[in-house]
Amino acid sequence: MNLLVLLVIVAALAALQLVATRWVTVNRLAWMAVWWVAIYLGLAYGINPPLPSSIIVLFMAIVTLALAVYLSADSDELASAVQTVTAFIVEKRFRVALLTVLAVLPLLVALKVYTNLSNPPQPPSSSRTIHPPPPASIIFDGTAIDLATANNPYRELEHTDPAAFAQHVENGRRVYFENCFYCHGDNMQGAGMFAHGYDPIPANFNDPTTIAMLQESYLFWRIAKGAPGLPSESTPWSSAMPAWENFLTEEEIWDVIIFLYEFTGYEPRAQGMPH
Amino acid sequence: MIRPSGLIAPFPKTPRAGMPMIRRCCATMGRVLLIGLVVGGAMALLCDPAFAAPQEADPDYRTLPFISSRVAIWIIAELHLMFAAFVLAVPMFALIIEYIGYKTGDKRFDQLAYDFTKLLSVSFSFTATLGALLTFGLIVLYPALTKYLVKIFSWTFLPYVLLFFFEAVFLYAYYYGWGKFSPRVHLFLGLMLNIVGTAIMFIANAWLTFMNTPSGIDELGNLTSIWDAINNYIWMPINIHRLIANMAFGGAIGAAYGAYKFLGARTLEEKAHYDWMGYIGNFIAICALLPLPFAGYWLGVEIYAYDQSLGITLMGGTFSWLFIIQAVLIGNLFLAANYYLWLSMGRIAGAERYRKFIKYLLAVITLCFIVWATPHSLVATVEEARAMGGSHHPILNVLGVMSAKNTAVNLLILTTYVSFLLYRRANKDATVSWAKTGNLVQFGIFAVVVIFVVFLGVYGYFVDAQTRIGLSQPQVFSVLFAMVAVTVIDIFLFRGAKKRGDIAWGKIPARAQYALFFLAITFAWLMGLMGYVRAGMRQHWHVYGVVRDTSVDAFTPTLGFAGLVVSITVIIFFLFIAVVFFLSGLSSQKNWVASPKRTRRWFRRAKPADELDAGTLSSDAS
Repeated sequence: MNLLVLLVIVAALAALQLVATRWVTVNRLAWMAVWWVAIYLGLAYGINPPLPSSIIVLFMAIVTLALAVYLSADSDELASAVQTVTAFIVEKRFRVALLTVLAVLPLLVALKVYTNLSNPPQPPSSSRTIHPPPPASIIFDGTAIDLATANNPYRELEHTDPAAFAQHVENGRRVYFENCFYCHGDNMQGAGMFAHGYDPIPANFNDPTTIAMLQESYLFWRIAKGAPGLPSESTPWSSAMPAWENFLTEEEIWDVIIFLYEFTGYEPRAQGMPH
Repeated sequence: MIRPSGLIAPFPKTPRAGMPMIRRCCATMGRVLLIGLVVGGAMALLCDPAFAAPQEADPDYRTLPFISSRVAIWIIAELHLMFAAFVLAVPMFALIIEYIGYKTGDKRFDQLAYDFTKLLSVSFSFTATLGALLTFGLIVLYPALTKYLVKIFSWTFLPYVLLFFFEAVFLYAYYYGWGKFSPRVHLFLGLMLNIVGTAIMFIANAWLTFMNTPSGIDELGNLTSIWDAINNYIWMPINIHRLIANMAFGGAIGAAYGAYKFLGARTLEEKAHYDWMGYIGNFIAICALLPLPFAGYWLGVEIYAYDQSLGITLMGGTFSWLFIIQAVLIGNLFLAANYYLWLSMGRIAGAERYRKFIKYLLAVITLCFIVWATPHSLVATVEEARAMGGSHHPILNVLGVMSAKNTAVNLLILTTYVSFLLYRRANKDATVSWAKTGNLVQFGIFAVVVIFVVFLGVYGYFVDAQTRIGLSQPQVFSVLFAMVAVTVIDIFLFRGAKKRGDIAWGKIPARAQYALFFLAITFAWLMGLMGYVRAGMRQHWHVYGVVRDTSVDAFTPTLGFAGLVVSITVIIFFLFIAVVFFLSGLSSQKNWVASPKRTRRWFRRAKPADELDAGTLSSDAS
């Protein structure tokens, strides 16, 4: 968050409120314009890292709608706003101001066009899908694995044989630091030494919205099959993940999955459940 | 609160002109039964082993010129679904309103229930026709799939057709028998209509849910248990979800009808009546809308439980962007529903003291709307993505998952309830001695529940997925508890309350009526969109994991194309609904009589000719 910008915006709103209370009457239409600008500035400059423009457009559309609702939810206020706008357009005393607005509007459009064109060209935005759906089953080392029912065979050792489970965690740690940490990082934040060569960078496993929401069989599929095994729908996936089935055994993949959850402190999503 | 105290006089029932009641009833029923027989016949034909036996010459698919088979079936199925939803919903609340009228002896409720029921007759015929079209479309365009589904569900067709016949009988007896039977018999007819209609929906739901989460079959797709095939993972969640959604949709269409009539009303009495009708329709729609997200969440959980691939495709994969559109539409629904309530307060003396709360309610709604509409993965340019360090924004990221969204929707529901509560007590002053304490307790309940819901939402980020999913239940139940507890207190709080004035029905700005149209259109669009998501998440499967789609349409359409088809379907539906409104309004029109003016003009025009030919006429006559 850019607290300084947010504080300036809040202070400006408070100052305007004070002025409006003591000296000047500000009608609802003007207040709405002020709020609209304040919220826009807050979203555009008050959050760090900056929000993508698509999100600012989405949020401002909702805010505009809400402000329009607020204005028209009261018939008297709506009539007053319409009267203000009408007066601004037809009354002589506003002629200079009206002409100024009419002159400034095209200039603003021109400025926007100039700004857009003077920026270096960029590839278009894409609505990237993050979670590719896994297939019903995969073939690993000649054996079919049903992803809907597959469980980590070593998970139950956590309760039945903690010592054996700890060995699997250790094995997973070894596998991770021998193979994965170059990209996924030593803290699993997706900030390994090679990570910044990729676009997008690898996912942050400490984020509660990544592996904490997935079943272990899903992780097995992603590790074993990597980018080449991603489905044909929703492409391009923009993934550089190798197919680790060519380098790791089944046990090593299950072990590294256990280590991912142990390290981050999350529990894998359970299979099945309701019905 | 739903009684139109400002209504000046009840509307007299307009005698319906034309054919005698029995003849009209029989003629309409005959048409519907004919359609039912044709559909039943088609199904029976498919059940015939000779027809169902595989023949090499039989193609798996047939194509249509100009429009793909998939789009044709898509549009017809969606239109059928929309009309079916309306036809199933209207009897539910018509029956409840009629019952209120029966118990209170207030004829206005009876008239209102009849006004809603008037929309049924034409809609039922449309539903049946579209159902027949859908059946034929499936048989002709998707013969192999249809044969497979017939093989699995053949025995359900007979009860389906029989129930359809019974529905026709009960529906027309309920509609044409209005005022012709004793109230109890008429209420019984309405009850039977609802039971039969719901049973029909449950059977049809078994067919379509089986396609998503097939059960009761072996590895080769052969039936092993018909009950398991019916009671598959999402059958009951869809049943409940549709039951509630139908009410919301039917209420919204009914409210739109009230708005349509209000805008065309010429007298104050008409305005008052149709304002009330619009209010009741909206009240029903919003009451049903409140629990709908919970039912939808249950459906989502069951889909995920059946197969994580389906769950991920739905919520995190290909279709996740449609859920952002869904969030925007639902946010708009809540906004429009509250907007209508706030405008409605203009007709109540004393409501002005609550106007100051609108801005706070709106702020909460806007905030929740924003949270709900925030995607998990953001649309970003390469530079924006690099600045964020990936597709996830470090701050917005937490708003993109279910913990935040569940919290937002619970608060949206509570806020909408508060708007309704303010509306309800707008013209009343509590006179009971414990009024202050009662208000404090109500406020306390709200405060505790809001804190509890937000706490669980935040807590959800620190627990495993299983526990997080479970947290949605205490969130839902605490909100339900708040609404029930506050309502109960409110009823006692305002018992014998001093009234500041009556509700001036009809005194509402026209833009409130457009809000009702907006609600109806948004509901329809939402149904179309989510219907597509439910069917589309199977991707290249007709029956998920069992019958693969090998047609030329075996690809997932782009979001833009899907949005276009859904939008066109909604436009077609509302064109049909305009016809329904028009035809339903005919019964209250005066009988046609030749205009005396027109007759006089004809005579005036004819006169010169008469004069010119007078001699001829005279000579002819002679």
